[in-house]
Amino acid sequence: MALESIVKETSLEDIIRESKTFYCLECGKCSSICPISRYDLSYSPRVMVEDALLGLEGALIHNKELFSCLTCGACQLKCPSDVNYLLFIQKMRALASNNGEHGDCAHSGTIQSLIRLMSNLGVEQRRLEWLSNGYRTSDQSKVLFWVGCAPYFDPIFEDLGLKVTDVAKGSLRILNSLGVEPMLLPDEKCCGHDMLWTGDVETFEKLAQRNAAMIKEAGVEKIIFSCPECHRTFKEDYPNYVEINCELQHISEFLSEAIEKDGLRFKKIKKKVTYHDPCRLGRHLGVYEPPREVIQAIPGIELVEMEQSREESLCCGTSAFTNCDSYSKRIRVERLLEAKATGADTIITTCPKCQIHFRCAMVNKGEEKGPDIEIEVMDMVNLVANALEV
Amino acid sequence: MNENEFEPKIVAFTCNWCSYAAADLAGTSRISYPPNVALIRVMCTGMVDPAYVLKAFELGFDGVLIAGCHPGDCHYISGNLKADERVKTLKRLIHILGLEDERLRLEWCSTAEGEKFADIVKESVSQLKQLGPSPYGNVTNKVAQVAM
Repeated sequence: MALESIVKETSLEDIIRESKTFYCLECGKCSSICPISRYDLSYSPRVMVEDALLGLEGALIHNKELFSCLTCGACQLKCPSDVNYLLFIQKMRALASNNGEHGDCAHSGTIQSLIRLMSNLGVEQRRLEWLSNGYRTSDQSKVLFWVGCAPYFDPIFEDLGLKVTDVAKGSLRILNSLGVEPMLLPDEKCCGHDMLWTGDVETFEKLAQRNAAMIKEAGVEKIIFSCPECHRTFKEDYPNYVEINCELQHISEFLSEAIEKDGLRFKKIKKKVTYHDPCRLGRHLGVYEPPREVIQAIPGIELVEMEQSREESLCCGTSAFTNCDSYSKRIRVERLLEAKATGADTIITTCPKCQIHFRCAMVNKGEEKGPDIEIEVMDMVNLVANALEV
Repeated sequence: MNENEFEPKIVAFTCNWCSYAAADLAGTSRISYPPNVALIRVMCTGMVDPAYVLKAFELGFDGVLIAGCHPGDCHYISGNLKADERVKTLKRLIHILGLEDERLRLEWCSTAEGEKFADIVKESVSQLKQLGPSPYGNVTNKVAQVAM
């Protein structure tokens, strides 16, 4: 069945049934844990669910706050009735998008435009130009390394002092030193995460189908991701649209397995670090321990936990580059202050977008003199790559 | 005009204080230039968001022209230099997307340079004719046709 018809047929009733919203007890635990509600008092997940149950479809669809949700999943873990709020938001946004409502895209929609352009077939991208001779890749490999949107982020976020392709380079270095020569797809498309979470299901399905076809053609058995958003999308969302018959692993899971088998030698690095759980890897996929195991495997590294960590970890403040506002900024500042309070030199994360958002909060401080939130942000992959014994 | 010949569709962001007036001067001076270009007047090239340019390619335009004041002449002091920075970033982005760098042009053109403006448009059109249609052009080019 064509996707368009699925979306059009999806009604509020279907969404309520699928996301089990009718189980809601109106206890309000979701609103008390919601990071947005803490700052934006008018935002409440409980009220959204209540509106849905009252059948106020119009009010929900045209509520701009539908796109404010960070989809961090904190409410879902606290919910005693097991309401799938993430699915509720995802489907409601698709419904709203069908009715001409969209969130306020950050960067004026630059990233959304790029993704839509990418969804066109028949154009060869030049996305592997960052790849230099120092890295070994193989077209015959059974392992695929998923690069993600890093090549596009490089020019966009250069002014933040970030090079997102460094994460891809670090990953390749680690994989190479473990004797893995992964395959890279020269015309990889965006996984479609941002499209799905802003309600553009049509573009999402186009991207998913193209990616699935390329992966099938490549004949790989395993895909390794360095971006948790791509990982989540492949694992949780793709099965509803396309078929992917591969093992899917985040690089932290792959590395912790490799370290267990004693396949990696590290030099000593003296550093005190703290780990920020990205929503997609933590709450969405339940991967809490592997990144911590990898960080602690490096001698000399002291890992301290922030006040809110693992399931309770605070979001970096935006998802899918939508509705990034002053509340997002305040969440970011709160998280960075929390990281600083641990006395750590560096905040380690496993998501390139968390890195982008934290750096943005530090660089774009604005006129007013706020609290000191300067702290080094680093991807786990780069920490490991730097500690590798050459 | 040959019906089978490829006619590129260009969107031009022109600065209110210079290039838009230059286009006006070209008109009042009866200097003709190809009708392939849709002018969008902006108050300064410094307000041309990268998203506008990408959106133009998304809608199926074959080329984008940004025309502003000569460096040092900006009505808002440095807007044109900001545009210059953004165009550099955008060229890198459209390169990764698989588009030719020449599809995005940044030109300086003062109020008095009506003839120069006409030349820029003529040059852009002939260059895009050589490059051929944008690979992203066939998608939604209905929108682009309406705009022309």
